[in-house]
Amino acid sequence: MASTLGTTTTPPIAPVAPEGTTTRGRRAGPYPYWFYIPAAAIYTVLFLVPTISGWYYSFTRWDLFSSTWIGLKNYQTFFAEQALVIGLRNTLIYATMTSSLKVVIGMLLAVLLTAKIVARGYLRSVIFFPVLVSTIGVGMTFTVLMDPEKGLINKALGVIGITGPDWLVNPKIAIFSIGLVDVWQGVGLATVIFIAGIVSIPSDYYEAAEVDGATRFYSFLHITLPLARPAIATVITLSLIGGLRSFDLIWAMTGGGPGFASDTIGSVIYKQYQAGFYGLSTAGSVVLFLLVSAIIVPLTWWLNRHEVDR
Amino acid sequence: MRSSKSGRRSAALTALATVSMLFAAGCSAGSLGSSEEGAGGEAGAVTITFLHGSTDTDVASAKAIIEAFHAANPNITVKDDSRPGGSDGDNLVKTRLSTGEMAEVFVYNNGSLLQAIKPEQNLVPMDDQPWVSTLDKTFVDSTKAADGKLYGGPWGTMQGGGVLYHIPTYKKLGLEIPQTWDEFMKNNEEIKKAGIDPVIQSYGETWTSQLFVLGDYHNVEAQVPDFAAQYTAGKMKYANTPAALEGFKHIQQVQEAGYFNKNYRSAELNDGIKMVAEGKGVHYPQLGGVTANIENVAPGKSNDVGFFPLPGNDPATFGLTVWPGAGLYIPKTVEGDKLDAAKKFVEFMTTQPGCDALAKGSPPTGPFLTSNCKLPSDVSQAAKDTQSYIESGKASPALEFKSPIKGPALEQICIQVGTRQVSGEKGAALYDEDVKKQAQQLGLPGWE
Repeated sequence: MASTLGTTTTPPIAPVAPEGTTTRGRRAGPYPYWFYIPAAAIYTVLFLVPTISGWYYSFTRWDLFSSTWIGLKNYQTFFAEQALVIGLRNTLIYATMTSSLKVVIGMLLAVLLTAKIVARGYLRSVIFFPVLVSTIGVGMTFTVLMDPEKGLINKALGVIGITGPDWLVNPKIAIFSIGLVDVWQGVGLATVIFIAGIVSIPSDYYEAAEVDGATRFYSFLHITLPLARPAIATVITLSLIGGLRSFDLIWAMTGGGPGFASDTIGSVIYKQYQAGFYGLSTAGSVVLFLLVSAIIVPLTWWLNRHEVDR
Repeated sequence: MRSSKSGRRSAALTALATVSMLFAAGCSAGSLGSSEEGAGGEAGAVTITFLHGSTDTDVASAKAIIEAFHAANPNITVKDDSRPGGSDGDNLVKTRLSTGEMAEVFVYNNGSLLQAIKPEQNLVPMDDQPWVSTLDKTFVDSTKAADGKLYGGPWGTMQGGGVLYHIPTYKKLGLEIPQTWDEFMKNNEEIKKAGIDPVIQSYGETWTSQLFVLGDYHNVEAQVPDFAAQYTAGKMKYANTPAALEGFKHIQQVQEAGYFNKNYRSAELNDGIKMVAEGKGVHYPQLGGVTANIENVAPGKSNDVGFFPLPGNDPATFGLTVWPGAGLYIPKTVEGDKLDAAKKFVEFMTTQPGCDALAKGSPPTGPFLTSNCKLPSDVSQAAKDTQSYIESGKASPALEFKSPIKGPALEQICIQVGTRQVSGEKGAALYDEDVKKQAQQLGLPGWE
């Protein structure tokens, strides 16, 4: 996670040396620039080369044996797909839904788990535990639990007289059912980040507010929320990126179905790759890259704009 | 929020992408070095690997076959290897072929999927083999490449794509095998009145949804004899050919009449087999091959399940759509002693001992693909039904064996129609779009 966080702050490159200093620029840092070479080599081979060749191959029709240049046709086909329209909508719904639920629920849990309550450490572990479980495992487990006829969830609801929804097999609600599972699994990480943010707020503020007669709620609204802003920004950014790129949970639970009802861009790309439409799926990846950047870059800038004058 | 995990996944994907792109960028498969295992100790001893599917019946068959083959050829050791089915298996086969890592002998589909692995470039032709003349003609036609050469030996038995039905219910209600679609729908009505689910669907396992369309091809061809050629050339489409459109419409009709089983959206293949074997549902449009599993999910019920073709409009052309088995292939990278051993293995599967070993692991679901092999006497009812349609000439191969194009999203589109997300007509139009991508990927003329 540290690496992802790194992208939201300033890059780890030393500032440009002011004019008049030595040409070697040693004052920028204690180490010579060639220390960067090993990292740069790995980054180039594993990241830059595939990214740039990916851009190239998105303009071709290729299989494992050969490739032909076809210009923008892959993009045309990709945008004409019915699954893509559904996928685009689902991706946005899914990202917004999971990210906002994680922020709200995560914040409430964090406030609860920083208060002086019984078994606090134990409860913190319980909340965090789902984060450690394999996503595919979570997906398969919940697929069984959410079976409309035989699943434990609907059977339990039946005992108290409620007819449960048909979670994953109803095209209208499948994507929301998966979203709920995603929140269940991911809220622990949000909570931990919030706890860290809240714990780092000096207690003087709360004491001062208490002396002035502020209620608990007032303290939360005017001290906790504003001072936990960096934590909130981090959680929003991370969960939104995660939601936009969502694939594994959806693939494990519905495979994008019923029909195409719970497809996201990620699953559309994967299915095209599976079908052997390599050029098309490469073009899809480029589109996904642009979409994520178009949403995340301005959002990060907006969320972090006050950080300096805090 | 699972950023660290997704990060790792994307790194892995990136690495994978690099590797595949480097290969695509022009390394010829042969230059990667063949996987020579230093097994050259004793003179004449050869080791080859046999790659096959990973279902229970596949694995059991492979074991029995290797054992029988070892007894007949003590100098050759065959190593057993299995791979997943479906699209994952397709990717594995393509990747291994392009990197020169493929097993010496492997099982893979014939028909349109075979064309996608470029047999002319990657496989050893088998026209010169002595057993070619014993093969079934539909098998030969669907295992040839565009250059007219045969690239595979026979694997498995033929199977039909039609309707599995519960024989005791048919007897109890006094129903007859329907010769037309209207008769089929009338039977459904009777069954529904008797309080039983008329038609089983199992969308929990998506591929099982396609039979209404794929199994209807015999009827399409009866009305439009040159459909396959016109379709491959991009001149005829599902949406604008009334005969081809029927299959999609049928799904819609059965759905709207309320004939599906209650849990059709979440049931899986084995649930469906169990239902039809125990009479909880009566019709299950399916591949005949799945009956091999009846004994596992509903012991003792094999002879309660019969099989008939999906009926069309004309009783005179009532007949079965057939899947002519699978192929046994040798990649071009195999040479010398290993090639001879691999050819011997393929030949073994055209002999009665080979077929018997195969039948030991997976009960036959139709006739064998070579005239050298006879079916055992105790085959299931569904296999007997299949055989009778094939022997009386009332059968034709499925579209995927006559045309190299088959859209990958047919199963999802059938489910869209079956869950009322789109109409049958719209489903057919969506499928035509899906097929277009496959045709373009194969570089067929008339599709740009």
